[in-house]
Formats: sequence, structure tokens, C-alpha cells
Amino acid sequence: MNKMLGYLREYKKESILAPLFKMLEATFDLFVPLVMADIVNIGIAAHDFHYILARCGILLLLAMIGLTCSLTAQYFSAKAAVGYSTALRHALFAHIQTLSFTEMDTLGTSTLITRMTSDVNQVQSGLNLFLRLFLRSPFVVIGAMIMAFTVDVKAALIFVVAIPLLSVVVFGVMVITRPLYKTVQNRLDRVLGLTRENLTGVRVVRAFDKEQSEIDRFEDANALLTKMQLHVGHISALMNPLTYVIINLAIVAILYVGGVEINLGGMAAGSVIALVNYMNQILVELVKLANLIVQVSKALACAGRVQAVLDTKPGMEFPKELLGEVPADKSGDAVRFDHVSLTYAGAGDASLSDITFTAKKGQTIGVIGGTGSGKSSLISLIPRFYDATKGTVEVFGRPVQEYPREKLRGKVSVVMQKAQLFGGTIRSNLLWGNKNATDDELWAALETAQAAEFVRSKPMGLDEPVEQGGRNLSGGQKQRLTIARALVGRPDVLILDDSASALDYATDAALRKALAALPGGLTVFIVSQRAASLQHADQIVVLDDGHMVGLGTHAQLLESCPVYQEIYASQFKKGDAEK
Amino acid sequence: MSAKAKAKLTPEQRSATLRRVLGRIKPYSFYVVCSLIVAAVSVAAQLYIPILCGNAIDFMLGKGNVQMAAVMKIIVEILVIALIAAFAQWLLSVCNNRITFSVSRDLRNAALRKIQSLPLSYLDSHPSGDIVSRMVADVDTFADGLLMGFTQLFSGLLTIFGTLLFMLRENVPITLVVVCITPLSLVVASFLAKRSYGYFQSQSKVRGEQTALVNEMIEGQKVVQAFGHEAESLSAFDEVNDRLQDVSLKAIFFSSLTNPATRFVNNIVYAGVGLVGAIYAVRGGITIGQLSIFLSYANQYTKPFNEISGVVTELQNALACAARVFELLDAEDQIPEADNAVVLAPDGHVELKDVSFRYLPDRPLIEGLNLDVKPGQRIAIVGPTGCGKTTLINLLMRFYDVNGGSISVSGTDIRNVTRASLRGSYGMVLQDTWLRAGTIRENIAYGKPDATDEEVIAAAKAAHAHSFIRRLPDGYNTVIAEDGGNISQGQKQLLCIARVMLCLPPMLILDEATSSIDTRTEVRIQAAFAQMMKGRTSFIVAHRLSTIREADVILVMKDGHIIEQGDHDTLLAKGGFYAKLYNSQFEGVET
Repeated sequence: MNKMLGYLREYKKESILAPLFKMLEATFDLFVPLVMADIVNIGIAAHDFHYILARCGILLLLAMIGLTCSLTAQYFSAKAAVGYSTALRHALFAHIQTLSFTEMDTLGTSTLITRMTSDVNQVQSGLNLFLRLFLRSPFVVIGAMIMAFTVDVKAALIFVVAIPLLSVVVFGVMVITRPLYKTVQNRLDRVLGLTRENLTGVRVVRAFDKEQSEIDRFEDANALLTKMQLHVGHISALMNPLTYVIINLAIVAILYVGGVEINLGGMAAGSVIALVNYMNQILVELVKLANLIVQVSKALACAGRVQAVLDTKPGMEFPKELLGEVPADKSGDAVRFDHVSLTYAGAGDASLSDITFTAKKGQTIGVIGGTGSGKSSLISLIPRFYDATKGTVEVFGRPVQEYPREKLRGKVSVVMQKAQLFGGTIRSNLLWGNKNATDDELWAALETAQAAEFVRSKPMGLDEPVEQGGRNLSGGQKQRLTIARALVGRPDVLILDDSASALDYATDAALRKALAALPGGLTVFIVSQRAASLQHADQIVVLDDGHMVGLGTHAQLLESCPVYQEIYASQFKKGDAEK
Repeated sequence: MSAKAKAKLTPEQRSATLRRVLGRIKPYSFYVVCSLIVAAVSVAAQLYIPILCGNAIDFMLGKGNVQMAAVMKIIVEILVIALIAAFAQWLLSVCNNRITFSVSRDLRNAALRKIQSLPLSYLDSHPSGDIVSRMVADVDTFADGLLMGFTQLFSGLLTIFGTLLFMLRENVPITLVVVCITPLSLVVASFLAKRSYGYFQSQSKVRGEQTALVNEMIEGQKVVQAFGHEAESLSAFDEVNDRLQDVSLKAIFFSSLTNPATRFVNNIVYAGVGLVGAIYAVRGGITIGQLSIFLSYANQYTKPFNEISGVVTELQNALACAARVFELLDAEDQIPEADNAVVLAPDGHVELKDVSFRYLPDRPLIEGLNLDVKPGQRIAIVGPTGCGKTTLINLLMRFYDVNGGSISVSGTDIRNVTRASLRGSYGMVLQDTWLRAGTIRENIAYGKPDATDEEVIAAAKAAHAHSFIRRLPDGYNTVIAEDGGNISQGQKQLLCIARVMLCLPPMLILDEATSSIDTRTEVRIQAAFAQMMKGRTSFIVAHRLSTIREADVILVMKDGHIIEQGDHDTLLAKGGFYAKLYNSQFEGVET
């Protein structure tokens, strides 16, 4: 938690002043019953109108000072809480930017999004409440008791007994119900899950004629939820009546002691009124305190989750500048894998085992294999999205670990399987590849990526708006734009990770032709499940279950590699390929 | 709470919704009556206690002048009444909980039943997130509002009137002080509420903007990093973040003013009662005990006012949520089955006669489609995206009804057979690999819950799923998480295939059923399918042309029409659209 508190440092002043002003307000509140006691005991008893008027003036003054203090406190605590959450969100976002792919995989995007939004919001309101109430409520409870002592010691002893009893009830009910509320939440989640399931699976449910059994299943879960809600409801419903009984017992005791004392001449009626008043104040504050504890512990749980993200250390260090020398004999190599193995964090089995091959500058390398054979894993090692667990991956003669991040990723550009665009315009998306690219360069990249035609057909051309996530574009259009975006950066190594899957065969072929025609010895990796897409490659890497089971040209592999033969045969029947 | 829930209802809508809510509460009228009675008891008892205290104080006139016997009598009365009040309070909560939670349970059940009977056209055109939020979040907000309403509205009103009555009985001028100053707190509260509502509106707008940005950036984090775009996206984030800080501060500050402000009004009331009361006491108009009663009441009087103004907003909100739930419940059901609907005895003969269909009235999709499928034939459907392939399947399964023409199975129009028997005749594997949260065994046996382990394993083997299932930590008892995150897309598809393999219905529909499976595994599954399809009429939608080649009839669809029809060789020889499509995949292939 220390790290999290650090972000509050900037709001130190506000965080101290808010509770102090709140306490000040409480102090003035505590004087009210005493003033009233004086009005009764002195003013009324002596028939002194001036005294009564003056005291009522004091009451008004107290109210005004109380209001001022309280407004100041509210302002400071709002400022501290909002400022804190803003700083926290900034820190979280900045931290997430530094995490490597391994950590992103482990944490998961949806978790990260929840933590940045609703968790931080919870922390904010928890902090706001905490700053306002954590001093005030205990202060009023203790203060009221001390005030009672100034009124009458014997009567004050009633407070000494009543406060612990009240606390036991208020906090006892809280302690008992908290885990039960958690169960309610779990059961609600179950109901939510079933609802979602029934909606997304409606076709399957109906195809199997399962409507009635789904209804039964849902109603069972729903009944369980209601049962638990009622159970918790009955228990927490005990709090108010129990505290009410205790308070009235205490009031009765005050009346009794007051009666005896007044009879002996040790006390006046106004004091009894004051004592009853204090008792009521205590109850109000205890309930607030219990609520505060619930809120704060919720906020703490959220804070813990936020903390967990901040504590996640980026698993990968990049050097600040280029290290090492390029040995002369490697000068013609673009990418080299040397006995490379990769096991993902938390996975049992290796995803890649002992892969060795060299891609020369300007070559086109095909990567083929079944689902889960390690194609994407293989290429993600080149831009160092992950580090190989064994062996070395070299780019232009140097191990990838010797490159600064920007340098490596400037050289190696990956077009990922999932075409991800960002809100803005087509232009703003393409400029991700290179901020300073001219329109001519953008159009050239679009031409190569087979995207120029559809961009031209858009009413605004390059300035056509792109909605968040590129929702207003089709899958094929998005894919071509992501390819163009990578080309704008003029990489030395271009990796297409199954990124032509949404393209029809003709466009796919045209794209490959255009890439091959690019000047300047671009090394291209093409990952695909389609053997047809890889036929022209200089070398094809055949993967099966993480092992490289074949390396060579199409013709060579067709001769020698059984897995390749099988893939090929599954896509082309004998005879068709000869057309 | 969604933005829609906040949308104000018109008065007519409000009263209509209210009537329906009351209708939903009706089965629990017993509890409602109980609740009203105990609320009245509890309020009366709670208001009576300060009077008893005041009376007790009036028996304490000074040194040597305290009537202890009378005080003791009052003490006993207070105790008894406090116990009654406490018990009534508890009963009140119990009744209200019972009403609220039962009503919300009923609503959720009704909504789920509704989902099962809604036509697919409704479900396809309404985002599932919206329906889920109506069923869960809206019902919850509604329940909260209802509970608050029941608990606080009635007792709040009773408290206000009860207090007024008791006060008037004791002294009219002091009561007037209270009655005149108290509304000030309402004025202040509503002023602040209006002011902060605006700020909250803009806060939720900026918050939405930020969430969208965070969503986009974090989902695309890998791309951000691949392009070294971290600094830019951080500064874009900071821009929104700073704006959020600004509006949040205003929203939170203004809304947090309500409590201090109403407390201030309350303190003024207290001082006013003190002043006027003390003056009356000096003149002998009231006793000290009566003054103490007024002081207690003055302390509590503003509370129900504040509560009620809160309750009214909550109730309005609850009604808006209820209206959204009712809107779902009111949606038109699918066309009910004909009274004389027969149970289908399928022989695999499917005939489409002059079928036309459109999702939107003004956009015709399928027009004049004719097709005669003989028992046991294998029909493949190909064509560009959006040509109506999946629509055809929607019609075959009667997920949608045709707008014109007819579809018949075994010579019977499918609108005259029971939906269950029609759908039971098809085994369906879709591209969308839906599995339910549950074990693998449960999922495979979904269509046949009483299947034996041997049958389940045999089906899994036929779908080539057995070997991966065996390698999972708990084998067939492995629980698939709600989002199916623990198995891959391809594996899910294998399970969907196993699910159908277990049932072995007489006809098959495979809509891109192997799209997530690599071609080698696909070849093996195709063999299993081929085995399955023997003698079964089957409809196959596929992306990969290699999957389609062996079909008896290939339908080439474009823009809702069948533009070519025939087997692979015929179509290739024809050199039309199919031939072009087919050859493009081999462009540049040389051997």
C-alpha cells in the first residue's frame, strides 16, 4: 500500500485539512446540547430573556461555523480524492504501457480495464468518505461521552456501558453479514452468467429444444439468490431495532439517574435533556461509522487489485542503446533462430522446441502448420514480444536483446492476426507507422496493401473517420489497413501473421505480388494456413506441435516433408494443383 | 445505471408502469398490508417515546421535588413501547424484503421465460448486453428503489404527519416555527441536486469517453507497443484524465454539500425551537418536559423530508428501470405453434418453394428461391459474405419464418410441425462455438443428458476431441469457464461437433463448422462427418472450397439468389462465378 499512498503526497495538505475541519465541525455540534442545557437550567429558571436570546444567538453562530468548517472539509476531501484517483489512473496507464506481452497475457485486458475504471472509482469514493468521516465519527462518539462526564459523572457511566453494547450490535451485524453479502453477489453473478449464456447460445438452446430445461436451471439459480437475499436481509434488519432498544434502555437509565440526582439537588432538568441528546448523537455516528467501514474495506479491496497491477514488474528490460557488434559472417542474415525454445509463463509444455533456421535479407519466409503448432509464437520472438526461454534470436546479426525497444520494433514490423485499428481517421492510423510520412508515402503503402482502391472510394479519402476499434470497416478492409500501417514505417522485416485471412484469394495473391515487387530487399515472413499463400516463398518453415518438421522450398517440402504433404493434400486434391 | 434508465418517463408511462408494478406486487398483498400496519405501529411508538421522556422530565421539578413513582411508571412504559417499536421495525424490514426480493425474482424469471419465447429476429437485433442489463441491473435498481420506497416513503410520510400532529397538540406557535423553517432544507437540497445533476451528467460523459479510450488502448496494447506509440497514447489518456478530474471535482463537491446544508437548516430549526420554546417556557406556556419533546422532534423532523426527497428520485429511477424490463416482457413472441402442429417424421426430403425473405422490410434478401433436396443429399452453399448463406440456415431451422413461399420437410410445411420436432431433426454445428459454463461431459451430452459415459466418449472420439480432453487436468470433468477461456477456439469447435455426434439426428447443418480448425484436423473430422452424413441430408456452409468439393449439389449464392447450381465438376466446367472463386485460391500455384 505504500506505493499507493505515495500518489496522495501531492495532496498532503488537503488530506490533513479535510479531517481536521470535519473534526472542528463535530466539536461545534457537541457544544449544542450544552448550550441548550444552559438555556433550560439558567435562562428559563431565571426567566432571563436576554440570556436566552444570547444563547440562541450562540446556537446560530455554532451552526454557521459548523457549516463553514464542513464545506471547507468537503472541498478539501473532494479535491484530495479526485486528484488522487487522477494521479492513480495516470500511473496505472503509464505502468501498463511498460508491461511486456507476457504480463499482458497473464493479467488479461478485461481485468486491466476494470481496474483502471471501476476499481479506481471505488478507491476514489472510499478515500473521499474516509477523509471526511474517519476522524469525525469516533471523535463524536468519544466526545459525546466526555461531554456527558462534564454534565454528570454518574449519568456518564451509562454512556460507558451503552457505547460498547451499541458497537457490538452495529459491528457484529456487519461482521456477520459481510460474508453473506459476498455469497449474494456470487449468486447474482451466476444469474447474470446464465442470462448471458441463454442469450448468446439461443440458437443452440433452440436447436436442441432445451428451452424448458434452461428455464428450470435459471429458476433454480434465481431461487437460490432470492433465498440468500432474504436471509441476509433478515439478519441486517436486526441492526436498527436492536440499537433502538439499547438506546432506549440507556435513555431510561438516564431518566432514572436524572430523577434520583435532581431529587438530591445534584442536577437540573436541562442536563437530562442534554444527556438524552448526546445519546442520540452517538447512535447516528455509529451507524455512519459502520457504513464507512464497509465502504472503506470495499475500497481497500479495489486498491489491492490496483496495487497488484502496479506491482507487476515488466518482465523484459530493453537496453538504452544498441549493444554489441555485428560479426562479419552474419552480415547477410536478416533473422536467425539458433536452437530456440519457448515456454509461456504458466504453461506446462513448450510452445516451441529447438527451432533453428536463417532468413537472408530480402527473402520471403513462409511459416505453416496446424492450429496451436506455434506459428504465432515463432514470429513473436523476432520483434521480441516474448523472450526465448532457450537459444537466441538474432536480427541483422545481433541478438534481439541488444536492441533498444524502438530500434528493434522500427526494424521489425508485425501485422497481427487480429486487425486492430484505433479511433481517429485512416490517416491518423497509418501515421502510427511513421509520424512524418507524407501523403505520397501513405498512398504508396495503401497501394501495396491493396487498400488504395477502397480508401479512394471513401468520401473523405485519407481523412475518413475510423471509429474506435475500426467498427465501421469490414474485416478485410481493417486487415489491409493494418498491413499498410506497417508498411508506412518502412520496416526491414515485415511479418504477416495470418493477416490475409479475411482477404479473398485474389486479393491475397495480389498483395503477395505487390510485396515481392517492393524495392529495397524487404525480408517478409508470411504465416498462413493456406499452402497456396506460401508457394512462392524462398523457404517454408513447417511447424507441428512446436517442432520444426520441415524447412525448404515448396517443391523440396512436397518431396520430403510428410506433414507438409498432408497439409497440402488437405487443401488441394491431386490434379487441381496442376491446373 | 445506464443512461437510458435516467431518461424521464412521461406521466402516462409512469402511471402505466406503476399500475403494472402494483400488479406484480399483488400476489404479495398480505405482506404489503402487514408492512403498512407495522410501519404505522413503529412510527407511532417512536414518536410517543419523546413525549414520555418529556413527561418524565416534568416529574423532576427540582431538589426534593421528584416524583420517583411516576417517573418509574413512565420508565416501564418507555421500555414496553421501545420493545414494540423495535419489533415492529424488524417485521417491517422482513415484510419489505419479502415483497421486494420476491417481485424481483418473479421479474427475472418472467424475463428469462420471455427470452425463450422471443423470435430470433428480436434477439438478433437487440444487443445481448442490453437485454442482460435489463434483466439484471435494471431489476436490481428497481428492487432497491422499491425497497427504499416501501421502507422509507410510507414511514417518512407517517413520521411527518405524526410529528406535526403531536407538536400541534403540545403547542401551536412552536410548531409553526418548525413548519416554516423546515422547507428551507428542501429548497437547498433541490437546488444542490439540480446543480450537481448537471455536473454528474458531464462526469459520466467524460468517464464514458475515458473508458472507451482505455478499452481501445488496452485491447490494442500489443499494437501500441509494436509501433512504439506509448508516449502518444499516454498523452491522449492524460488529456481525458485531466478533464475528468475537473468535472469529477465539481460533481463530487456539489453533491457533498447537501448533507452539511440540510444539517445547517436543521440546526437553525433547533435554535428557533430553543428560542421560542424557552420564551414560552418562561411565560409558563409549556413545561420543560414539553420543550424537550419539541427539541427531540426538531432534531428528527428534517430527516424524513430529506429521505423522502431521496426516495422520490429513487422511485422515479426504479419506475424507469421497471419500464425497461416491461418493455422486454412486452416484446412480441414468436408465432405460436399451430394447434394442429404435427410431430415431424423426417425422411430427409427438403423442399423450398419460391421462398422469399427479408430481415428489414425495405431490403429484400432472398427472392424466389427454389430448391429440392432429395433424402441423403449433401448440399453445399458457397458465396461471398452477406449473400444469404446463414440466412438460409435460419430459415431451415425456422429461427426465422419465410416472408413468402414455403419450406417443407418430408412434404409437410415446416410451419405446421412442432418446432421441437423440426429442430430435433437437424444436427447443427455453427461457426459461433457456444458452450455453456459447465463440465465438458455436460456440454457433449447437452442434447442427450442421459447419455452414458461410453456414448459421450465415443462421440468425442468421433469428433477427434477425445485426445485433447484426455490431456486436460480433469478430463471430461474439466469445467469450462463462462467465456470458455481455458480451451482454444478450435477445441471448442470440436466439442460442438461432439455434441451433435452424440445425438445423430437425421439431417445436418454445418455452418462454417470447421473454420477454426486447421486443415489437417479438418480432414480427419471431415472423414467423421462423411461417416455421419452417409444417408443423412446435410447442408454445409463453408469458406474453404476444399470442404465443398464433394457435395452432391453446390449452391452458389449471390445477393440472395442462387446463381449457379450443380456439382463441382459441372460448375468448374461451366466457367462461371464458382469457377472464378475456386481458381482464385490457386492463383500463382505451380508444381
